[in-house]
Amino acid sequence: MSDRKNIKIVLAGNPNCGKSSLFNSLTGLKQKITNVPGTTIENKVGKFTLGNNDIELIDTPGTYSFNPKSLDEKEAVKVFFEDPLPDAILYIADAANLKRNLFYFSQLSQHGIPMVLALTMLDIADFKGFEIDIDRLEKELGIRVYKVNARSGEGIAALKNALSQDQFAPHFAFGSEEDHTHESHFVSINKLLNKTTTLKSKRELVSNKIDAWATHPILGYLMFLVVLLVIFQSVFSLASYPMDWIENGFSLLSEWLSAVLPDGWLKKLIINGLVAGVAGVVVFVPQIAILFFFMGLLEDTGYMARVSFIMDKMLRGLGLSGKSVVPLLSGAACAIPAIMSTRNIENWKDRLITIMVTPLMSCSARLPVYTLLISMAIPSDQYVGIVSVQALLMLGMYVLGTAAALAAAVVFKWIIRHDIPSYFIMELPVYHVPRWNNIWLNMWQKSRSFVAEAGKVILVVSVVLWFLASYGPKADESFSIQESENVVESYAGHFGKAIEPAIQPIGFNWKIGISLITSFAAREVFVGTMSTIYSVGDEDNFDQIRDKMRKDTLTNGMPVYSIGVVLSLMVFYAFAMQCMGTLAVVYKETKSWKWPAIQFVYMTALAYLGSWITFNLFG
Amino acid sequence: MKLTELHIGKIGRIRFVSDSPFKEKLQEMGCIPGSLIKPILKAPLGDPIAYELEEYTLSMRKNEAETIEIRPLDPLFAT
Repeated sequence: MSDRKNIKIVLAGNPNCGKSSLFNSLTGLKQKITNVPGTTIENKVGKFTLGNNDIELIDTPGTYSFNPKSLDEKEAVKVFFEDPLPDAILYIADAANLKRNLFYFSQLSQHGIPMVLALTMLDIADFKGFEIDIDRLEKELGIRVYKVNARSGEGIAALKNALSQDQFAPHFAFGSEEDHTHESHFVSINKLLNKTTTLKSKRELVSNKIDAWATHPILGYLMFLVVLLVIFQSVFSLASYPMDWIENGFSLLSEWLSAVLPDGWLKKLIINGLVAGVAGVVVFVPQIAILFFFMGLLEDTGYMARVSFIMDKMLRGLGLSGKSVVPLLSGAACAIPAIMSTRNIENWKDRLITIMVTPLMSCSARLPVYTLLISMAIPSDQYVGIVSVQALLMLGMYVLGTAAALAAAVVFKWIIRHDIPSYFIMELPVYHVPRWNNIWLNMWQKSRSFVAEAGKVILVVSVVLWFLASYGPKADESFSIQESENVVESYAGHFGKAIEPAIQPIGFNWKIGISLITSFAAREVFVGTMSTIYSVGDEDNFDQIRDKMRKDTLTNGMPVYSIGVVLSLMVFYAFAMQCMGTLAVVYKETKSWKWPAIQFVYMTALAYLGSWITFNLFG
Repeated sequence: MKLTELHIGKIGRIRFVSDSPFKEKLQEMGCIPGSLIKPILKAPLGDPIAYELEEYTLSMRKNEAETIEIRPLDPLFAT
């Protein structure tokens, strides 16, 4: 038996060419996501063994050319220069759209790495009346060409076998050797296609008929609105069950740990710092996973491109683009993955503005805060007609967040200077029946990267905050610390009192001050802090916390949490940048501390101003 | 004539693409002299517009379409 060999193969191709499906069916679930150091960019790597060889398959983001325009595309091209160089490129081309798909192919062919060509979407090509002479194509190109169908598995085994043989056709250059202009590449492609393809009939795709509805002036927007309603309804109602299980699971874990661990600071660190921190991350996974499921579904079927198409004109006036829709919508679950999804926006200014305003969208961490405060401000039996006032106020908070995001975008549009004009040149892919494997895998991978990205930061912050809230200075000696009886005497308590003069104008007292500080781990920590301050044993008992907060009175007998204070607090949580995880991702995505710093300052200023106005209107 | 002047459903052949920061992007997407292009769909607010470009659908703003010079296939019915 000969020595085992490692073969490194890179998958390349245009967006929407069926590359992910093929990657998934070649590697199955044996995929690994590797982080590019210092960035949030991820490469998908799959491995399989065939015969004597171990094959490492690297997936790259879909790209139209070797001269990348977006960050996504830059990453795709980088693997062709990394050491060790790939042994071969498996190029995936959409058979129904060969001309444009072969452009990137022709550029790659001149890079000197052996190539194998796989044709996908043959059913659509067939429907459109294209006939491709594979033998002729192989002869003309001098490389192997395979027909594959990831859904039925047709051609996959043959392709796998071919990749494991490690006998790739040597370097070949397609297109004119001396003339490297884009036009000359297309001239060569046209010549090739004239020899190898025939158009037998021309039939219109169903796709175009759907588009008449999806982009209709009235029905188009209505359809989008219905889609949004269905998504948000599902995110909130479906996610509440697994969220309950997670919360119960973690409280059981805490109970068990407090029973078995020996008393001491370590026990408190583990239970109140670590376990609470992990719970705070994991509890959001259901909402985020469900949102990603729908986003994946919309992208995979091709509908999302239509949404960008119909929203572009409106968003353009605000300094955004049609491609900002996906990040803004994702922001309703969590700003961290939302900001990561801006990478396909080519224009730097469009992308930066999208990053800067996305955290104003009401994310799921704000939801428990709103729920508690709304239930304090408004009795549950108040109705306007058949709609509960509580529900209206909640909807109002989402509208407020979205309006603030759009308004902030306009301001940034005027402030940020950038010479390269924004453009919107986007393919409208053919509609597809959902490819469920891709959607599930995408949901799983995105959720996992949320836990990895947000988890690290939130965990560290929650341990630090646990320390600040549990320990305080000794009364007699100024430079030593001691465990505090309660949060009031802790460092956090002292800090809350120290900032009280600053937050008094917007109606907040030092107790709220403490919560504002602890909210830096994640906004929903507000609820937990309130329960600690008001010494409520059970953190999940909203009613108890609410009742204790309601009974808190000022020296003159007036309640502390008047309607003005509660509304002011809600506005503060809507606008303030209280998420270390988001700031960390903005730093990674913009590669500078400047933008997270500006984001922190402007959002905090907006929150203060908004709360001040609210407090003075209603207080 | 400019691509923006071509009516929905009419076919044109691209003559050239003028210089602009997005010329390269347009070329990569297949806007190359000789390619056939047909406006098929307007976004609700009239912009961007989707075009059938050879074998697929490409959308772009009017701003981008203005840099593409075409010759209508049937001059009589072009506008």
